[in-house]
Amino acid sequence: MSDVQAYQQSGEAQFGDYVALLKPRVMSLVVFTALVGLLVAPVGVHPVVGFAAILFIALGAGASGALNMWWDADIDAVMNRTKTRPVPAGKVQAGEALGLGMALSGIAVVMLALSANLFAAGLLAFTIFFYAVVYSMWLKRLTPQNIVIGGAAGAFPPMIGWAVATGGVSVESALMFGLIFMWTPPHFWALALFMKEDYHKAGVPMLTVTHGRAETRRQILIYTVLLAPVSIWAALTTIGGPFTLAVAIALNAIFLKGAYDIWKRPEAQAEGDKYAVEKKFFKFSLAYLFLHFAAFLVEALLKTYGLGGWA
Amino acid sequence: MSFRPDHELHQRRFSRNLGLGLTLVAFVVLVFALTVVKVTRGDPMQAFDHTVRPELDRAVPATGTGGTQP
Repeated sequence: MSDVQAYQQSGEAQFGDYVALLKPRVMSLVVFTALVGLLVAPVGVHPVVGFAAILFIALGAGASGALNMWWDADIDAVMNRTKTRPVPAGKVQAGEALGLGMALSGIAVVMLALSANLFAAGLLAFTIFFYAVVYSMWLKRLTPQNIVIGGAAGAFPPMIGWAVATGGVSVESALMFGLIFMWTPPHFWALALFMKEDYHKAGVPMLTVTHGRAETRRQILIYTVLLAPVSIWAALTTIGGPFTLAVAIALNAIFLKGAYDIWKRPEAQAEGDKYAVEKKFFKFSLAYLFLHFAAFLVEALLKTYGLGGWA
Repeated sequence: MSFRPDHELHQRRFSRNLGLGLTLVAFVVLVFALTVVKVTRGDPMQAFDHTVRPELDRAVPATGTGGTQP
């Protein structure tokens, strides 16, 4: 937000409007991936400590969402997908979003340090900084690589979950990070292909706007190809096993086929069927991440029965 | 029976007040539960305090006599 801007206040803000500032849908993904990071770690955590840690990781993610809504209120007001968010809709003032985001960031980091460890809390603080400052304030409006680098913020939660249990990082947690990091660009660029008016209208330098749609299709394929080895490597580490490897191979095969189809088809054909392939790819990308992390979790469960893993 | 009728403001803000109240109660319960877990598991309850505390140094048995203190 470059200057003082007021949005027409419409009625009294309800509790739900403040909850909406925390981006509950993004939060659910954060909770899930952080939980997997925590549960697949080789060290056990007391259930109450684990519950508290996941809660405060989610709260930290929510706080960075509120800071993002404060900063991006001007572009949110222009885009169809985001114009009903609490600040541009006039339900919550931008300053309130800033205050809530700052306060919850502090609470989340301090409470994670107290309930888990300083290392995990430091990672959470860095994640909030990365999403709010590096992504929202700096890169989002500056470079078409915004999604690539901003994706790192979304990739930290499993690493933080792992750090809650172990107090550090490892190849496994770095690969879980890499999985989400490489998955983010194809996921968002597929969205940008069929929500084209939105980003264009808001002046956000999405790849589709700056480098054209054909290049975006090519980049989706490139990142999907690069994602596959990260996924397979993760399945070959101590958090994986034969089951995870089988799931990873199947998921990557479907994802690669989708990316290839997107790359191959011309824009006119996509417009003709209202971006059916792109929409299908986007929906599958959500399933890809969910099922991949679910596979890690199932593998960890199998291990407790002496079935999973590479032992 | 209340002494004064509720101000209209209180009705409008009921959901906010209720939500915030419940959130605070949940936070207190969580901190209490965390405290119970940390205390009963015997997590360190003390830190360096400018005096020698052999029990903080895991290398030195708390009841041992052959410590390495100068």
